[in-house]
Amino acid sequence: MVEFRYRTDEVTEQPSVTLDAFLDQSNATAVRLEPDDDARALIPFLDRLTLIEVAFPKYRDGRGYSAARILREAGYQGELRAQGDVLVDQIAFMRRCGFDSFAPESSLNPDAVARALAHYDHAYQGAADAVVPIWKLRHG
Amino acid sequence: MYTYDTYDQAMVDARVAEFRDQITRRIAGEMTEDQFKPLRLMNGLYLQLHAYMLRVAIPYGTLDSRQMRMLAHIARTYDRDYGHFTTRQNIQYNWIKLEDCADILEELATVEMHAIQTSGNCIRNISSDQYAGAAADEVTDPRPWAELLRQWSTFHPEFSYLPRKFKIAVIASPEDRAAMRLHDIGLELIRQDGALGARVFVGGGMGRTPMIAPEINPFVKADDLLSYLEACLRVYNRYGRRDNIYKARIKILIHEIGADAYRRQVATEFAHVKTLGIDPPLAELERIAAFFAPPAYDAANVEPDRTDPDFAVWLDQNVKPHKQAGYAIVNISLKPIGGIPGDATSAQIDVMADLAEKYSFDELRVTHAQNIVLPYVAKRDLYAVWHALRDAALADANLDLISDIIACPGLDYCSLANARSIPVAQKIATRFADMDRQRDLGELKLKISGCINACGHHHAGHIGILGVDKKGVENYQLTFGGSGAEDVSIGKIIGPGFDEDGVVDAVEKATEVYKALREGDERFLDTYRRVGLEPFKEAIYG
Repeated sequence: MVEFRYRTDEVTEQPSVTLDAFLDQSNATAVRLEPDDDARALIPFLDRLTLIEVAFPKYRDGRGYSAARILREAGYQGELRAQGDVLVDQIAFMRRCGFDSFAPESSLNPDAVARALAHYDHAYQGAADAVVPIWKLRHG
Repeated sequence: MYTYDTYDQAMVDARVAEFRDQITRRIAGEMTEDQFKPLRLMNGLYLQLHAYMLRVAIPYGTLDSRQMRMLAHIARTYDRDYGHFTTRQNIQYNWIKLEDCADILEELATVEMHAIQTSGNCIRNISSDQYAGAAADEVTDPRPWAELLRQWSTFHPEFSYLPRKFKIAVIASPEDRAAMRLHDIGLELIRQDGALGARVFVGGGMGRTPMIAPEINPFVKADDLLSYLEACLRVYNRYGRRDNIYKARIKILIHEIGADAYRRQVATEFAHVKTLGIDPPLAELERIAAFFAPPAYDAANVEPDRTDPDFAVWLDQNVKPHKQAGYAIVNISLKPIGGIPGDATSAQIDVMADLAEKYSFDELRVTHAQNIVLPYVAKRDLYAVWHALRDAALADANLDLISDIIACPGLDYCSLANARSIPVAQKIATRFADMDRQRDLGELKLKISGCINACGHHHAGHIGILGVDKKGVENYQLTFGGSGAEDVSIGKIIGPGFDEDGVVDAVEKATEVYKALREGDERFLDTYRRVGLEPFKEAIYG
């Protein structure tokens, strides 16, 4: 279930299909990526996707962070959802990598999430979000 | 030295607040220990055999006297009055209480220090040459580059849940004093057609599968470096193994797919990443470099008076040439005979801070061999420095000798260890306590690890010792022929292991073989490489 969503558009109702199913046929508009799926396989189809769900079966498996950035770097504008073993202290990094909705398996405390997202005003490096990296602030 | 601006300070202050919040949630039971573990690890907090251990970052091993005094203060206030300097140029405190952690981090933040990413499956503290800025043979000072990498890697959103930990070293001299090619990424700064850039080596490491990093790119321009590293890390994050913790380091990925395939994948990824505009302009490197401008050297060149023979011995062993005439690099040994390698008391840490302030333009370095360096000492002050060090029991003249042992904390502290390292180090140093004998043996790097994870760098030891558990009994394997320097190599196991006293005897026999066979000014390592293992084996097992 989506607990946190940082978008204003309508939630996609269509259930997501696997990458293989999507590539096989399908006019689906929602896809689910497992950690060992290659996110780049979706690049030709980004225009018609409204939801890409990235699975985190274990929070320690960080492949989904790269998948998210690759999709945003390729220009994907739709909803990018982290689903699975998603914890409070990962959400800030996930936001920076381009995720804008979260469906954690175990419910998270919204206050703790809000605090976690508010800790840092700046970031050292550019990523998939709009944060201006510190080096750029220094050099205008 | 680098000085934080308001952005840097805000980052460490925010980290303190964040970690305080995380600890509160853990204590309140809102997080399981399993969920808390990666968070505390990314703050350098380990749960060891007897207590929490806190590892504080000393970026590229450089610190000033104010920071050094803070390290003493923390040892005195929150620990048992000592600290342990590590092979990654950091400091560890072995007896920390969880509830004190946020306060400690808050105190550290007041002197621009932190424990960020000193553990966890993320990019760790960047290490470098302890003689940076002072070495006669450097192409440039590597520290501005290391600071640039520190900032880029701090809270990197994509690379904080890597398959495994990730260590980067930066050097800028042909002589490698940082074991550069035994890192996940080793950078050697070089000049090509007048421009500075980096030779990039990827996939080195120690642990249970030691590997020497192959060269992946002969020259990456300064203003491409972060994009290139981002590409190196992204390929690893996507394709590094996650099915087996022992095969998860990048060295295994590169070994399995081959350096050529890895190089091609990185090149493809780099071509893409370079379009994203993540590289700071060269002005940022220049801004940082300005903090590392040479100190205001005195033009006088006064050679020290060598009449005191003990002083002369120390001078010859622990003091190294400087790029500035009239100056020298002082190595402070943390390896007293019978002591614990890398340990220093709060009082000793304060003494070293005082000496740095008075005689070394307020700067100190931590070395990967677990010693301390005063990088800018005027030659005319050397005698005074030596006197003060001797009064604090810090004047052992054993740099790079057999008693200058690297040892991990081992089973005395570490929850991963199979055997004790410290007592073996103490016994070997005591066996060779006679300084004339040590000096006669010359450079002999002996390194001890208490388990296969190789934190004591035994693979890179001219003589390496690996402690294993053999049916419940501590057993020590000997390796010969390793090196972490520019002649990098991995040591080879010489035969069946020994008990604690047996391994000390075997080391002694090896030194006797060396003395009998050495030619000219060969080091132990050179003789071993020339004659091979057989004569040593015969003497030890024969």
